[in-house]
Amino acid sequence: MLIELEDVTKIYTLGDQVLRALDGVTFGVERGEFVAIMGSSGSGKSTLMNVIGCLDKPSSGSYVLSGRDVSKLDRGELAEVRNEVIGFVFQSFNLLTRTSALENVELPLVYAGVPRHDRIERARAALERVGLGERLHHHPSQLSGGQQQRVAIARAMVNSPQMILADEPTGNLDSRTSDDVMALFQALWSSGLTIVAVTHEPDIAEYASRVIQVKDGKILSDQRQTPRRAEPAA
Amino acid sequence: MNVLQTLPVASRALLRNKTRSFLTTLGVVIGVASVISMVAIGEGAKSQVEDAFNAMGTNLLIVMSGSTSSGGVFGGMGSMPTLSWDDLDAIKQEAPAVRAVAPLLTTKLSLIADDANWNTQVGGTTPDYFEIRNWPVERGSMFTESDIEGNSKVLVIGHTVADHLFGAGIDPVGRTIRMQSIPFLVQGVLAKKGQSPVGQDYDDAVYIPYTTFQTKIKGGLQKYIAGVLFVGAKSSDDTPRAQTEIQALLRDRHHLDNGVDDDFQIRNLTEIANAQQEGTNTFTSLLAAIAAVSLLVGGIGIMNIMLVSVTERTREIGVRMAVGAKPWHILAQFLVEAVTLSVAGGVAGVALGMVAAGALADKLGWPLVVRPDIVVVSVLFSGLVGVAFGLYPARKASRLDPIDALRYE
Repeated sequence: MLIELEDVTKIYTLGDQVLRALDGVTFGVERGEFVAIMGSSGSGKSTLMNVIGCLDKPSSGSYVLSGRDVSKLDRGELAEVRNEVIGFVFQSFNLLTRTSALENVELPLVYAGVPRHDRIERARAALERVGLGERLHHHPSQLSGGQQQRVAIARAMVNSPQMILADEPTGNLDSRTSDDVMALFQALWSSGLTIVAVTHEPDIAEYASRVIQVKDGKILSDQRQTPRRAEPAA
Repeated sequence: MNVLQTLPVASRALLRNKTRSFLTTLGVVIGVASVISMVAIGEGAKSQVEDAFNAMGTNLLIVMSGSTSSGGVFGGMGSMPTLSWDDLDAIKQEAPAVRAVAPLLTTKLSLIADDANWNTQVGGTTPDYFEIRNWPVERGSMFTESDIEGNSKVLVIGHTVADHLFGAGIDPVGRTIRMQSIPFLVQGVLAKKGQSPVGQDYDDAVYIPYTTFQTKIKGGLQKYIAGVLFVGAKSSDDTPRAQTEIQALLRDRHHLDNGVDDDFQIRNLTEIANAQQEGTNTFTSLLAAIAAVSLLVGGIGIMNIMLVSVTERTREIGVRMAVGAKPWHILAQFLVEAVTLSVAGGVAGVALGMVAAGALADKLGWPLVVRPDIVVVSVLFSGLVGVAFGLYPARKASRLDPIDALRYE
């Protein structure tokens, strides 16, 4: 088991109003699954993603990630877990501007303390794997949306994480580029990587092997399915 | 990842906003440049005062006769000769802290050599005078004790006089100068001595044996000395002792009872020099303090721009945190940026300050004194300013919540 959430709650207090963003969530994710977490805005799926991604700590309950209880770690330790175990892909790509694709992909390795020479080699390999071997030195502003997201995916997998956590990865892309990106995720998945994607688009959820529906901070449904094969554009 | 690795990241971030970085640094540049140049000016002034006092002579006391008083009108110091030639001998023999004593009788006279003439100060003295004042002969020789005994018509001349009477580059030794129609033989030219602390040219003077002065120039032989005594103490520590010894000796010789004022005056030039020295030190510290304030203002400028930078780069901070930057990584990154800015400003400021100090020294005719310790301290201090004023923005950056930072627009 890679992810084990046990009765996780997240409570926000705004003045005298108490908001239960997560209300007793329990589920597990095995290694090698492709999970889509679905829900409308305000359902608590973003909070769930933040907790799974070790960006936020649960108010109560336990979260065991790759055999380690991460619900009590401090900021520095969480950063270490994010660096080693998780690769992030965001809706808005979140690449550093005016920084080459190669340097963007190197970033997790910098904080992992990988020597410069290795760093460049591994970043180059990751970019080649997402099909951007020719654009190592392009800045984000010189790349299309799809290409930028592929740089972000290269960055997410460069440190050989155990899971890729994607937050609305196709939200800023047109449908054809979305297919490309989803094909890339499926390729990574078939190579054994666990993928967790948060989305509100049913089309995107179809690519996953399991769909978890979230509503009002609770799990509404949890179903396994046969994923649709993405057709990458030639 | 260590702090050194953040250096290229920091310099790249700074180079991205070249104009902004330059303007931010300018505060520190100006601060450090003013510290360097102000201290250089202060030190220059100090060394000039020092030179002036060294030129007067070291461990020097001047003994003067008292003043006349007639019906309540005082004639001023030296107007009534009270020092006798016997007093001089007594000081020479009975004051152990005294190294040498020499009389100096002065007047202003017109000097004529061939077809040139020059009006200057004529001093009657002994060879000891030049020893006390640390003033050697550069060319030719000093007149001797036998010249004094024989009232010889010889003189040694200052540089300025030599230049005016004979022209620069011509050796005046062996030539003749007439004073009051009496021919004097030039025996030596004194080394260049420069200016007194009040700007008087020491080199614009000639000296003859005091006996010749009395018999041929002015006054005739008298019991009292119509001039002053120059006293050299054995060492600078001995100077105050020499002063008390001379005072006691003269009071005794002049039969002054307790409660009666001295009928002479002793001036200690070392004291005056020290007071001057303290004055210039205060001046230097004051200038440096003002300059240091502008350095602080420069630091505030850095803090300001670092705060702006943290806000602008909130999203970048979020991304870095998401991919594994620990809070101290972010802290180090921004701190290194601030320190890079301020140290670069410090180094540029040292260069600018030296140029400014050089230009000023050139204009004022002062020596350029750049103290290496001040240079090192300025650069270190500017680094410290970077740390002090960079810490708050850097801490603010490192404490950002990654979720909020990622969502920041």
